[in-house]
Amino acid sequence: MDNGTYKKYVETRAKKSPTLKNCLRAFLCGGAICTAAHALKSLYLCFGMPDETAGMLTSVTLIFAAVLLTGIGVFDKIAKHAGAGTLVPITGFANAVASSAIDAKTEGFVLGVGAKIFTIAGPVILYGISAGVIYGVIYYVCRML
Amino acid sequence: MHGIMKPDRKIMIISTASVAGREEEAGPLGGSFDLTDTKDDSFGMKTWEKAESEMQRLALGLALSKASLTDDDVGALFAGDLLNQCVGSNYGLSGYKIPYFGLYGACSTAAEGIMLSALTCDAMPVRAAAVTSSHYCAAERQFRYPLEYGGQRTPTAQWTVTGSGAFIVSSVEEDAEKRRGTRVPVITEWLPGYVVDRGITDVNNMGAAMAPAAADTIKRYFDGGHSPEEFDMIVTGDLGHEGSDILCELLLSERIDISKVHTDCGKLIYDAAAQDKHAGGSGCGCSAVVMAGHILRNICDGVLNSILFIGTGALMSPLALNQGSSIPGIGHLLHIKGEVL
Repeated sequence: MDNGTYKKYVETRAKKSPTLKNCLRAFLCGGAICTAAHALKSLYLCFGMPDETAGMLTSVTLIFAAVLLTGIGVFDKIAKHAGAGTLVPITGFANAVASSAIDAKTEGFVLGVGAKIFTIAGPVILYGISAGVIYGVIYYVCRML
Repeated sequence: MHGIMKPDRKIMIISTASVAGREEEAGPLGGSFDLTDTKDDSFGMKTWEKAESEMQRLALGLALSKASLTDDDVGALFAGDLLNQCVGSNYGLSGYKIPYFGLYGACSTAAEGIMLSALTCDAMPVRAAAVTSSHYCAAERQFRYPLEYGGQRTPTAQWTVTGSGAFIVSSVEEDAEKRRGTRVPVITEWLPGYVVDRGITDVNNMGAAMAPAAADTIKRYFDGGHSPEEFDMIVTGDLGHEGSDILCELLLSERIDISKVHTDCGKLIYDAAAQDKHAGGSGCGCSAVVMAGHILRNICDGVLNSILFIGTGALMSPLALNQGSSIPGIGHLLHIKGEVL
């Protein structure tokens, strides 16, 4: 069996992740997070905050909750079942940053936390900002025309 | 060339010790380990890396004290772990005044260390020690994601065992005299493995990367005139559930059927139904604690008589993998028999 055939054989026989179950769980958990976030925003609006501030505060609250749950060791246990449901909303980004920071704590605040806090989130930030800049330039040029 | 080595001297495993973590204690072999940290796997240390070192220190200390030996009685120490620069071994064993050799063979390090101990003991009447370890929390940090990162594992992913095993190997006549009339594991043959790379790049399927290396070594061994029926057990460490099935199928295609006697340390250490460990255990500590705590004890008790132990390692480097390389595997084989001295 050559290497290519072996690779195909391994991929064919490997038990696949339960995609349908994972999608359903992600939909329910992600949906629940987004519904809770919307309820929060409505609550902030009830307190008389402007729409933009209420939206921003909702994001901050979700980030705080995700970081808190990461710190007390609960987030990964939820995420194991929720999958993309906790990863895709802002909670996943907060967990990626907080978990890297907690892990690097033993190596100090500069070479540890400082250098490694964006190990996972770094590519998202870099390419997210780059895509934003490119989109902005395209939008600017289109408006000029 | 088969490359099977047979010693001229009697190579005995005179003492073993195993230290393990919470998840391992909760598994089917929980009662077989000498020492476990059932609280938080930290072994009283502030970092996971120091906890791993502490496990090695404790394991070797226990193995020495069980055989009533001191540092001066041991001529060589072969040790390794999964961490960069083998810090688990270097720091953990720094207090021992025993000539030290650091090893890296991934999950095959236990077999590699015992094999090098056997080679040393065959060259002269001496005692040599082999110690290996792995710690789930330290390995996750280095090879995968931060511990608290919320991700999902695939069904073929293996779980790094928190544990350390120590083995004292001896060819000293005085040790045989002391154990006259008792049953002792004796290493009668060994076959070092080749590095085998079959192009696997999936870090979540290490069993598939290691199985061809194990199959290669086992085939070379059986080509040398042996057959699977001669053994009570052919134990690999640690292919897990996925790699074990691949190994049996690969060997079956070579007309070697080991399925009736084959088992794997990664399959034995966790309860597949009750513990959520996907394809089973892995890491330098897995085969070390299963061999030291369970299998060699069964040989001493006469439950097992003649076994083949194939330590399998996925020689994976995250850096090389990111640069497009695949994961090479290795399989070192030891033939161990129970002998009444």
